[in-house]
Amino acid sequence: MNNNGNDFSEVRIGLYICHCGHNIASMVDVKAVTAYAGKLPHVILARDYKYMCSDPGQELIQKDIAEHQLNRIVVAACSPLLHEKTFRGAAERAGLNPFFVQMVNIREHDAWVHTDGTEATQKATSLVRAAIQRVPHHKPLQVKHAPIKPDVLVVGGGISGIHAALTLANAGKHVYLVERQATIGGHMAMFDKTFPTLDCAMCVLSPKMAAVNQHPNITLWTWSEVEKVDGYVGNFKVTVKRKPRFVIEDLCTGCQECIEACIYKEAKFPDEFNLGLGKRKPVFLPFPQATPPVVMIDPETCLNFKRGQVSDGCRKKTCVEACGERKAIDFKMHEELKEIEVGTIIVATGFKTFDPAKSLHYSFYGYGAYPQVYTSLEVERLVNASGPTGGELILRNGKTPKTVAIIHCIGSRDVNTHRWCSRVCCLYSLKLAHLIHERTEAQVINFYIDMRTPGKMMEEFYDRISEEGVMMVRGKVADVYPDTSNGDKERVIVQVEDTLMSRILKFPVDMVVLSVGLEPQPDANDVRRRFNLSCSTEGWFLEKHPKLAPVNTFTDGIFLAGCCQGPKDIPDSVAQAGAAAAEALALIVAGSIEMEPNTASILEAECSGCKSCLPLCPYTAITYDEAKKKAIINEALCKGCGTCVGSCPSGSIVQNLFEDAEIFSEIDGVLAET
Amino acid sequence: MGATYTYFPGCCMKGTAQAYHDSLVPVLRELGIQLEELPDWNCCGATAYMAIDEIKACALASRNLALAEKLQRPMLAPCSACYLVMNKTNHYLKEAPAVAGVVRNALKAINLDYEGSTTVRHPLDLLINEVGLDDIKKHVKRPLTGLKIIPYYGCQIVRPYATFDDQRNPTTMDRLIEALGAKVEYYPLKTRCCGGSLTGTLPESGLFCAYVLLKEAVKRGGDLIVTVCPLCHFNLDSYRDRIAAKWEPMTIPVLFFTQLMALAFDLPEKDAALWRLIQPMKPLSTYLSQPAAQPSIRSVA
Repeated sequence: MNNNGNDFSEVRIGLYICHCGHNIASMVDVKAVTAYAGKLPHVILARDYKYMCSDPGQELIQKDIAEHQLNRIVVAACSPLLHEKTFRGAAERAGLNPFFVQMVNIREHDAWVHTDGTEATQKATSLVRAAIQRVPHHKPLQVKHAPIKPDVLVVGGGISGIHAALTLANAGKHVYLVERQATIGGHMAMFDKTFPTLDCAMCVLSPKMAAVNQHPNITLWTWSEVEKVDGYVGNFKVTVKRKPRFVIEDLCTGCQECIEACIYKEAKFPDEFNLGLGKRKPVFLPFPQATPPVVMIDPETCLNFKRGQVSDGCRKKTCVEACGERKAIDFKMHEELKEIEVGTIIVATGFKTFDPAKSLHYSFYGYGAYPQVYTSLEVERLVNASGPTGGELILRNGKTPKTVAIIHCIGSRDVNTHRWCSRVCCLYSLKLAHLIHERTEAQVINFYIDMRTPGKMMEEFYDRISEEGVMMVRGKVADVYPDTSNGDKERVIVQVEDTLMSRILKFPVDMVVLSVGLEPQPDANDVRRRFNLSCSTEGWFLEKHPKLAPVNTFTDGIFLAGCCQGPKDIPDSVAQAGAAAAEALALIVAGSIEMEPNTASILEAECSGCKSCLPLCPYTAITYDEAKKKAIINEALCKGCGTCVGSCPSGSIVQNLFEDAEIFSEIDGVLAET
Repeated sequence: MGATYTYFPGCCMKGTAQAYHDSLVPVLRELGIQLEELPDWNCCGATAYMAIDEIKACALASRNLALAEKLQRPMLAPCSACYLVMNKTNHYLKEAPAVAGVVRNALKAINLDYEGSTTVRHPLDLLINEVGLDDIKKHVKRPLTGLKIIPYYGCQIVRPYATFDDQRNPTTMDRLIEALGAKVEYYPLKTRCCGGSLTGTLPESGLFCAYVLLKEAVKRGGDLIVTVCPLCHFNLDSYRDRIAAKWEPMTIPVLFFTQLMALAFDLPEKDAALWRLIQPMKPLSTYLSQPAAQPSIRSVA
């Protein structure tokens, strides 16, 4: 056995082969492997046992370490992802450095993927031999600790961000809540009622919004965005850009007299919160319950800023006059950059709805071409009392609809646009059917592919709506075209195959509602790069594990909450927000974090300063010391991926747990003849 | 100018779309463009053959392309089907070398070859991008002020290849019509199916498509529908009696865009070929009014 001149005379290996019940033992001849391994150099004892991970199994290791002065442990069992920690813990309790333990996976990598016992046993033999050759090279590494700063940054002020912020603030931690819109509330603030209880969205949301605004532990920064994130878990340095709203937050009382007094007597400009269906003035409050209750001035439409005006802009400045002594309006406000230090970050940046106007594929539904066609979000604003029609369902032609079509799955479950199911649309389509019928007594028809109503009380909600006289047609609408019948009815025909009847039907309707799906925010890619997050193939931010770690990310200290991680309804968003807050709190309360010592480091003497490693690091852990002309790796950021190690032309980067000698000895072990 | 293009008439231009030919040739001549008919051209195959056997359809269309290649200049295909089939053939030959191999072997059997260099263009493309609207405006002797036009493109010149205009909301013809002084009404059905061959094979579906287009044109307040495609024109113009029997009488006339140009350029009557319309048009003067400001194209009514 080649040990490159190392002195391994003191090495005393204990080898343990686990049966794992039948999982391993049914395919691998564990007795034979144990017998073989017992004869290998430096192996003091070799045992097999039914369940190594159990308490007796672990105690076996601890006893042997004490009685036989073992200083290396090899455990051939399941995946290290499952039990490496377990066996390292056992060794540590017996006073042995946990990194002198090496696991061999003879379950997922061997027993579970073979149907021939001879081959499986042969492979197990090779793998065990490899580990036994490797383990003498192991070094006594130490786990590092990094302290966790107590402040938290929550990015996004929708229901998820709000809930996470309140949970943390109530736990006594200081939270920065940064929201890019001028007010918190997110999409939920736009809804009228929520399913399945049909309680009013704003009634539920506004107490939470008010609580955020008043909480002594929350610093609320709206009309702000995160510019830059540096640092690592426990120690993030974040730059937040505060955009100018031209109104001083601390001085504005929200009286809105400036809006009254604006030189524009009539509201003229499309209102973003009402999706262009309503109008606003250049100085405005996004919606009545906006939080913080501070107006803002839009430089694109305010005369004071428009080009072509004289240098002092809008001469009259009636808004400033109306504000009077409070002096809250400041046209000279500019962007401010704020630097904050936090230990953990929760990303809750939400979603956007699918835009049928931008889709060639959905152009046949006539959105943007026929005034009778709306998106579901637009209809939420129409039925909302704070919306452009005061909660009355009035169409663009001024009339009230008598027949309404609601088309499900717009931009969802479709290879041409998005493959996923957006989870909430069937339910909100049923909700809208109810609200539309309630306001107008119209006949509502829902056109669906499947009726998906998972969750608590949701099926019961579907029952209720279907009993209210809403018509349900199973079929994907093929076409929407103008009604050819005469009279002044401005209707469109919805043509569909009713797949349950196998008949093509044509419904003349006054209004078509497109139930648009959810998709990632348009700048999701830019935003996630700022936080060093991965995303799924569909663009949603990636959780560490879909079942076991749904709010953690691959970047320690950064958590996800709400729809930015994937489409979900309000109950699930809130639950996730609570989970994210709990994860953050776990770190903060622990005070410090253990870092796996599989990090890479630069052998300074050998580094030639070529800088080829710098751009390769996916975790931006490598920096360059200009003075010394050497690269440096930040241990806290390094995740041990090994990319830089492999790339270094002079071989000056070594990685703990994966040093060359360790790897080559393992390869030798696998390839050796038995 | 003085440019010359190879002219591919196809079966329609001297047949059902004679009015298109009658107006296209003098209008282009007025703008300095000469047309020389491709000698010994053959049927392009249109949508029918492509639907049955794509490789044979490519071979059929390629004979025209090969003949045109010898003349070393772009070819003008006013008929939408000819335009699409020959462009599709060019695409297929480039994307699938195996198809190109089969086709070129077939051409060799008749002592021809095709290397893929023939460009097939549409008159609208030429007018907007080569001639330019400014030049066209200079030739307008009788501005069509007061005339309300419904622009109808049909599907083949914009889908699947959107080379010179948008697939969903093309505007080349709209801008051309406005340059002639007329008002373009917003028409959301501008690329919706006219019924195509279904008017012959499945009239209850095909005719209904045509009827929907006509009805919406009338509802939008159009005086005339202006179209680019011979089959669209045929479907919209020729079946008024059957449409009247099934639904209601529709009397809105349908013209080719080149006929409208001939009127605006004040060319001789035979060049506007209005007498070829099955659904007749009232005298032009009845539609015209006092000059008004140029409207712009809206996208939502």
